[in-house]
Amino acid sequence: MSSTITEQGAATSLLRFATAGSVDDGKSTLVGRLLHDSKSVLADQLEAVEHASRKRGQEAPDLALLTDGLRAEREQGITIDVAYRYFATPRRRFILADTPGHVQYTRNMVTGASTAELAVVLVDARNGVVEQTRRHAAVAALLRVPHLVLAVNKMDLVDYAEPVFAAIAEQFGAYAASLGVSDVTAVPISALAGDNVVEPSANMDWYGGPTLLEHLETVPVGTDPSDEPARFPVQYVIRPQSAEHPDYRGYAGQLASGVLRTGDQVTVLPAGITTTVAGIDVLGEESDIAWAPQSVTVRLAEDIDISRGDLIAAGPAPQATQDVVATVAHLNERPLRVGDKVLLKHTTRTVRAIVKDIPYAIAVDTLEQVEHPGSLNVNDLGRVVLRTAEPIALDDYRSNRRTGSFLLIDQADGTTLTAGMAGEAF
Amino acid sequence: MSLPDAAAFENPYALSHLDALEAESVHIFREVAGEFENPVILFSGGKDSIVMLHLALKAFAPASVPFALLHVDTGHNFPEVLEYRDRTVAEHGLRLHVASVQEFIDNGRLRERPDGTRNPLQTVPLLDAIESHRFDAVFGGGRRDEEKARAKERVFSLRDEFGAWDPRRQRPELWSLYNGRHAPGEHVRVFPLSNWTELDVWQYIEREKIELPEIYYAHERDVFQRNGMWLTAGEWGGPKEGETVERRLVRYRTVGDMSCTGAVDSDAVTIEHVIAEIAASRLTERGATRADDKMSEAAMEDRKREGYF
Repeated sequence: MSSTITEQGAATSLLRFATAGSVDDGKSTLVGRLLHDSKSVLADQLEAVEHASRKRGQEAPDLALLTDGLRAEREQGITIDVAYRYFATPRRRFILADTPGHVQYTRNMVTGASTAELAVVLVDARNGVVEQTRRHAAVAALLRVPHLVLAVNKMDLVDYAEPVFAAIAEQFGAYAASLGVSDVTAVPISALAGDNVVEPSANMDWYGGPTLLEHLETVPVGTDPSDEPARFPVQYVIRPQSAEHPDYRGYAGQLASGVLRTGDQVTVLPAGITTTVAGIDVLGEESDIAWAPQSVTVRLAEDIDISRGDLIAAGPAPQATQDVVATVAHLNERPLRVGDKVLLKHTTRTVRAIVKDIPYAIAVDTLEQVEHPGSLNVNDLGRVVLRTAEPIALDDYRSNRRTGSFLLIDQADGTTLTAGMAGEAF
Repeated sequence: MSLPDAAAFENPYALSHLDALEAESVHIFREVAGEFENPVILFSGGKDSIVMLHLALKAFAPASVPFALLHVDTGHNFPEVLEYRDRTVAEHGLRLHVASVQEFIDNGRLRERPDGTRNPLQTVPLLDAIESHRFDAVFGGGRRDEEKARAKERVFSLRDEFGAWDPRRQRPELWSLYNGRHAPGEHVRVFPLSNWTELDVWQYIEREKIELPEIYYAHERDVFQRNGMWLTAGEWGGPKEGETVERRLVRYRTVGDMSCTGAVDSDAVTIEHVIAEIAASRLTERGATRADDKMSEAAMEDRKREGYF
C-alpha cells in the first residue's frame, strides 16, 4: 500500500486526449479495456454493469454500459454525446473525451478534439482506411491536435498479420501528411483480446513500438511556453479596496500562451497601449514569472483603463481587427446563413458580428470545396468571412489554439451555433 | 503551486496535474464573476464544496470572494458539518443563505418520503432559493467521475425555468470558451471541479492543508446497518425495529444527509491514511456510501432532470 501512496501521490502530468472511431470499430471495447486494465473500473461499477446486463438477458457483462450514461443511450444502445472519462497510471493522469462515432460525428469530434493534445483514430484492420477514418483525421488536423495515433484494431481477426498493419499505417500516414500532420504513431491492437493496449502482445512480436497506453504515458504534453509570445486575456479586475490593500488593482486571467515576467513590456489590445508588468500574483502569492496555462493576476506599471475582454500581449502582438476570416464547424441544427447577425465570443470578449460571406464548404472526406453554399448545416465545415462591431485581437489558430478560436452564438436565445478557427484550415 | 521540476518532466514549464486542474477551475470561477449578475456557491460542508470554496478564495485574492454561499439544509445534517459551515462563513466574512427542507415539510410544501430519505427532497427548496434570490449562476461541486450521468454534464449547464437538465439539448462546449447566456428565469449550473477525480480532491486537500469536518477521519460512532450501509443512529429516524446499533470505528467518504450517507469501516486518522485507503479501495465513493444512487440505473439522471445538482 505504501508504494501506492508514493506512486499516486507524486506530482504527475495531465494528458487530455480524444478517441474517434466509426460504429463497430470497437471503440467502446477499447475505452472499456483502457479503463479496466488501468484498474480504473471499481467493483461496484462492474457489479452495476453485470446486473444491468443480466436484466437485459445478456450473459457476459456489456462494457458499453460502463460508458453509456444516459437512459436514451442505454435504451437505444448508442452513444449520443461526448462523455469525459478519467483514469490514472503512476506516470500520468488522463482526461479522455469519449466522442461517439454514430450520430452527429463531426460536432462531437470537434468538441472532443478542441481540448485534446492527442487523438486516437480507430480503424478496423479488416476494412482499413475508410471514409470515416479520413474524416476523423481531417477533424483532428483542423483542430490542430498535436499528436495523432492510428490504432489498427481487431488484429486478431486478420491473424495478427504484419503486412495488413503496414499497408494501413502507410496509407493513413500519407493521408495525414496531406493534411499537414507529421506526428502519427500507428499501433496494431486487439481491444477485445487486450493485445498492445496496456500489455505488449505475444501475438505480434514483429511490432517493436510501444503499447497504446505506454505511448499515452510518454507522449510529450504541453507546448514550450518560452517559445511563444505571451497572451493574457483579461477576465476580471481585482480591486479589494480594503484597508490592507487600498490601491491594489490586478488583472485576473489565465495565460493562453507564453511566459510573462515582472518588467516585461506589454501591449494592451485592442487599444494598443504599451506599459510594463509591475508584478504578478500566482493565486495569492507574489511571483516574478508566470507561464501558460497558469491562472494568475497581473499588475501593470501605469494606471490605464483595462477591463474584461482586453488582451495583454508580449512579443509580436496580434492585429486588432474587425474582419475575421476563419474555418468553422457548424454545430447546431439551425443553419448559419450569409447575412446572419450573431454574437462572437473570443477569449473573454463577446462582440456582435455579421456573416458577410461563406466562400465555401468543405467536404470532410475528400477535402473538396463546395463554392458559395449560401449556408452551413449542422456538422458542416466551411470557410466564413465575418465583420465584427468592435475590433478583436485575434491570432491565427495555427499559432495559438486559445486566442485563435471563437464561438458564434445566437443573439436571441444564447444557443452555441458554430466553432471558429481563425486563418487557413490545413 | 509547485515549482517546475525538470527531473519529473521533459518540459520545465509543464504543470503538475493538480496545478493544471487548479488553473482551470480558477479560470471557471473568474468567468462566472465576469459574466453573471448574481452567482452563488452551493456549500454543503462536504469536501468537494470545501475545495470549491478554497479555489474561489484563491481566484479572487487579495479581494474577497464575490459570491454568497447557499446551503440546502436537509434537517438531517451532521452537527459537526454545520459547526464547520458556520465557522468557515465567519472566518472568511462570507454571506450564507440557508434553504431548509425541514421548513418546507413543516409548512406543508414538502412531504416526508416513506423511506425517510431526504436527499431527493432537496431539489424543491434549492429551486425555490434560486428563484427567490434571483441567482443566475449556481456553482456545484459535482465531478464527472462520480457517476455516469455526470460524465455527460457540461461545465456550464443551462437549466430552464423549472431548473431542469435536458441531456439532449446541451450546448457543445469547446476549448475553454464557456457560454453562459441565458434567458430571464433560466439559470446556469457551473461545475468547476468537473475534471477532478476523488483522488485529485484528496491530494489537493493534502497539498493545500485544507481543514475538513472531522467526520472525514476515522472515529468511533454508533451506527446500524440498513440496505448494506452503516448509518448514524439518531433522531432523524434510525434505528427502526429489527435494526441494531453497534459502536464501530468508521469515517465518511462523502458527507450528505444522515438518512442516506453511509459510513465506511476505516482506521484512517490522517490525510495520508485516507489517500492510501482511497487509492486502494475497490469501491467508488458513491457505491460505498450513497443509498439514493442505488434506487435505479438512472437515479442520478432522473434527479438531475428534476433540477437536482
